[in-house]
Amino acid sequence: MASTDTGVTGPTRAAIEARTLRTDRWWVSPLLTFVVFSAFVVYATIRAFMGRDYYASPYLSPFYSPCLGDCVEGASDFGQPFRAFPLSAALLILIFPLGFRMTCYYYRKAYYRAFWLSPPACAVAEPHQAYSGETRLPLILQNVHRYFWYAAVLVGLVLTFDTVLAFRNAEHEWGHMGLGTLLMLVNITFIWLYTLSCHSCRHTVGGRLRHFSKHPVRYRLWTWVSRLNVNHGRYAWYSLFSVALVDLYVWLLATGTITDVRFF
Amino acid sequence: MSDRHPMTGNLMSGEAQGGMERHAYDVVVIGAGGAGLRAAIAAHDAGARTAIVCKSLLGKAHTVMAEGGIAAAMGNRWPEDNWEVHFRDTMRGGKMLNNWRMAQLHAQEAPERVQELEDWGALFDRTDDGLISQRDFGGHKYARLAHVGDRTGLEMIRTLQQRAVALGIDVFMECTVTDVFKDGDAVSGAFAYWRESGRFIVFEAPSVILATGGIGKSFKVTSNSWEYTGDGHALAMRAGASLINMEFVQFHPTGMVWPPSVKGLLVTESVRGDGGILKNSQGERFMFDYIPEFFKAETADTVEEADAWYDDKKNNRRPPELLPRDEVARAINSEIKAGRGTPHGGIYLDIASRRTPEFIRKRLPSMYHQFKELADVDITAEPMEIGPTCHYVMGGVEVDADTQESAVTGLYAVGECSGGMHGSNRLGGNSLGDLLVFGKRAGESATSYASSLGGTRPQVDEADVKAAQASALAPFEVEGGENPYTIQSDLQQSMNDLVGIIRTRAELEESLREIEAFKERARTMVVEGHRQYNPGWHLALDLRNMLIVSECIAKAALAREESRGGHTRDDFPGPSDEWGTKNLVVNLDAAGTGVDLHEKPLPEMPDELKGYFA
Amino acid sequence: MSGYLLKLRIWRGDKDGGEIKDYPVEVSEGEVVLDAIHRVQGTQAGDLAVRWNCKAGKCGSCSAEVNGRPRLMCMCRLSDFEEDEVITVTPMRSFPVIRDLVTDVSFNYEKAKELPAFAPPERDADGKRRMAQIDVERGQEFRKCIECFLCQNTCHVVRDHEDNKPAFAGPRFFLRYAELDMHPLDTHDRRELAQGAAGLGMCNITKCCTEVCPEGIKITDNAIIPLKERVVDRKYDPLVWLGNKIGLRNKDYDGRTDS
Repeated sequence: MASTDTGVTGPTRAAIEARTLRTDRWWVSPLLTFVVFSAFVVYATIRAFMGRDYYASPYLSPFYSPCLGDCVEGASDFGQPFRAFPLSAALLILIFPLGFRMTCYYYRKAYYRAFWLSPPACAVAEPHQAYSGETRLPLILQNVHRYFWYAAVLVGLVLTFDTVLAFRNAEHEWGHMGLGTLLMLVNITFIWLYTLSCHSCRHTVGGRLRHFSKHPVRYRLWTWVSRLNVNHGRYAWYSLFSVALVDLYVWLLATGTITDVRFF
Repeated sequence: MSDRHPMTGNLMSGEAQGGMERHAYDVVVIGAGGAGLRAAIAAHDAGARTAIVCKSLLGKAHTVMAEGGIAAAMGNRWPEDNWEVHFRDTMRGGKMLNNWRMAQLHAQEAPERVQELEDWGALFDRTDDGLISQRDFGGHKYARLAHVGDRTGLEMIRTLQQRAVALGIDVFMECTVTDVFKDGDAVSGAFAYWRESGRFIVFEAPSVILATGGIGKSFKVTSNSWEYTGDGHALAMRAGASLINMEFVQFHPTGMVWPPSVKGLLVTESVRGDGGILKNSQGERFMFDYIPEFFKAETADTVEEADAWYDDKKNNRRPPELLPRDEVARAINSEIKAGRGTPHGGIYLDIASRRTPEFIRKRLPSMYHQFKELADVDITAEPMEIGPTCHYVMGGVEVDADTQESAVTGLYAVGECSGGMHGSNRLGGNSLGDLLVFGKRAGESATSYASSLGGTRPQVDEADVKAAQASALAPFEVEGGENPYTIQSDLQQSMNDLVGIIRTRAELEESLREIEAFKERARTMVVEGHRQYNPGWHLALDLRNMLIVSECIAKAALAREESRGGHTRDDFPGPSDEWGTKNLVVNLDAAGTGVDLHEKPLPEMPDELKGYFA
Repeated sequence: MSGYLLKLRIWRGDKDGGEIKDYPVEVSEGEVVLDAIHRVQGTQAGDLAVRWNCKAGKCGSCSAEVNGRPRLMCMCRLSDFEEDEVITVTPMRSFPVIRDLVTDVSFNYEKAKELPAFAPPERDADGKRRMAQIDVERGQEFRKCIECFLCQNTCHVVRDHEDNKPAFAGPRFFLRYAELDMHPLDTHDRRELAQGAAGLGMCNITKCCTEVCPEGIKITDNAIIPLKERVVDRKYDPLVWLGNKIGLRNKDYDGRTDS
């Protein structure tokens, strides 16, 4: 790789052969990202195309929420406008959270590094000969991130609704709670932390202003979002795990592999 | 040629040593700190073709190290502040040895110079009503220093740099001037070399402005960087100008003492302005024992009053920690000598026990950063260990107060390398204002002189060029001599030991003997390698300047038999009225290898200004 | 004070070639890499070329790569390494080398020239300007920049692709664009230029600039991403466009003209 004569081994640069002289284990982080993201993508793809075992009353898997296709009974709280859709109902709505995460400023950093090696780590030469960043199609589409954020807010509201519904028992009587409820609570917390710490959110609530002093409320909001934004990457990971975990739990319940632990 | 720098026109290859570049300008400014940049901007604005020549990259000059702020009586915090109060503070801080006219111009013009920076993009800290905030500092009656956290110098140099770039002024970076050329009694140009390639340059210019900063590198413990080798001082002397007040060297009371690699590095006075106090190893707040008669009336004499001052400045007097720097440095020195110092030979500067961590991090971010990164000390939790460090030379080229012109026609000096403005001791915050006020004046007067010449300009003599070239290459010609690094470090040690904060006749005489010996050793010093980016060679050339300037300091210090401001004689502990009326002036001697010294009466202050000191 | 022999290696050479050479050197407690380099210069290689000024992390002159990581040598404490660890110091690898540890950083000064200067309106009637502290704070963070150019050096857009240099201003100057676009008084709208001439779109926000910044400036989160979002406002957001059409719009850019 990296025999690029336009990069660090180029003619004007200090003559050093190595792509990097870093002595630390710089490859651990991109490798870990690669493995975990790949695993998630494989798992999510399988589950999204399965089209079954996504509902175990009262729990609905977040991959299938809102369930707008030809869904099992009890799963569709918002009707079934796409009843005719022949494939898995997950495919109707997954595009929104997927698009939100694909265009997310944190995920971009993570997958450009781990999958595209552009660059694999700081001061480690990348293998590509040419580079145009996000100036052309398709990557120029990253600029639509804020639209996916608008959608992600809606998805967040729906998942919040699902979590409220999880305070029922299998017979839809209110005032109950099980391990699934707890997992969904944890999940929705991370989902909101991730959604509200988004850079586009930070921009929209106040970052775009030039005079904070003239917009005290938006300035206050901006300082809150800024505080969350520092941990955006962390919330991205936590919410990725939590969403997969809730889905896995529902799957195991739906297939009867385990039974729900009821608290009350 | 294809091998040239796109920007500097500099040849990049090692073999391109031959040949000589020539450039013609109206005004050449040597130095790109605050004073040099401000002078160049003024010259450009006045219509001159202007060049800036600097030893480092643009924006790296020592102005970036200035922390506290720019003293200017804008009255944003205290409406009762005005130029007269500032003038009075400056004169009193300098123990009345200042050039009154410079102190007056400075106090009058500094506010507009600061506002100008804002026009060019500086972002100062604000008061609640949106004006430029002003902070307290030693020796200033009112909160007067415009500031940006504790990195005001960086803000100032970046602003001026960006302004100079926007105006398209030519900058010769990493280029050292070694000689000023004259035609008869007037400046005709300057001789320089590119540090990068070793190639020589001749500047043809009727006006040369020296803005090279100080001399701190002659001392071992200093807050100054490698550049501060007294180049402007030495260039001016060699061109026939004189220096004044060279015996006055400011030792900043608070420099870091540990770890060794940063010994001397500055700890800003703002730490004390924002509530920090000095304690010895027995935990005593000792500054109350060192309040001099001269400042008794305005200094708190109890801990209660001193502490109350921070919140109620109207009804309380200032804490003694905020006395002028010379007083505080001497007090610290005495405590250390009396055996009440810290393990690393300093004393404690404590703000941790007096202010909240949030306050400290907000008000002193770069100090927090500096101690955390370099000394592994958290200043919000533990006291700092500090001691005096060579910081600033009050002395410099003797110039006309209004135009900054030296005794040599066409040669100007501004900023630290000029003398007179600060008398025997500079107040904190007055240097940045000095750079701006007199930078602008020098740029304008240099331009008006250059344009007054019309088509008949002084010419550069080819014989002088040859001589300058031979002189610059001399260190390569020697064989078997000493390495310049060794001589430099011996000189620094000697100056620190013998011409430091407390001086005596015997030690000063000893130092003059040692300087003679260093001069002898320097004559045969040798450098290895070739001319391309060779720090050994660069040091060899700078060392000559350091030697002559060191001699000036030692000689003037020996002559002045009193203690005043930045000059303390153990054998003459008090100020003398007779010495208070005169400056010491030094010139290069007839042979060109040593220093002549004579006394000169202070310029007489007009009666209406005398009234402020009645 | 405990001293030991540091296994120091330094790249020596110029644009025609060079190599990493061993310079074992005595060091003591509390020292930084730059101290070791200076000792080599004073005792073993008087002509070793290195840039430095303040030695306090404030001027940004002594940028280099220590064990492959872009660092200021004066802020690189030896105590962060094991005593028997080999320390390799090379010049910054994104810029043309001049000699030893000194590189030609004129790329950055060229880029600085391309950026339109601050353009304020007239002063207030009393000759002063008024700005609120909260309005200047974002810009103040960016003005902490000491121009060490480590961000420019580590940015793969130019580090690995020399051909991108003409079209890409680099993180240091995105800071400057952001500073001016967030300036409460500036009268220029710099978004078009940031996207076009400065090459903001080339940045793929992999955050190495932030990682290496010795001043701890959040270059990516606080400057580059907000700037990208501002460009979206201007160029890619139909809602903003629609808002403009029907008069429901953000008035924050009123009075600004394209620079």
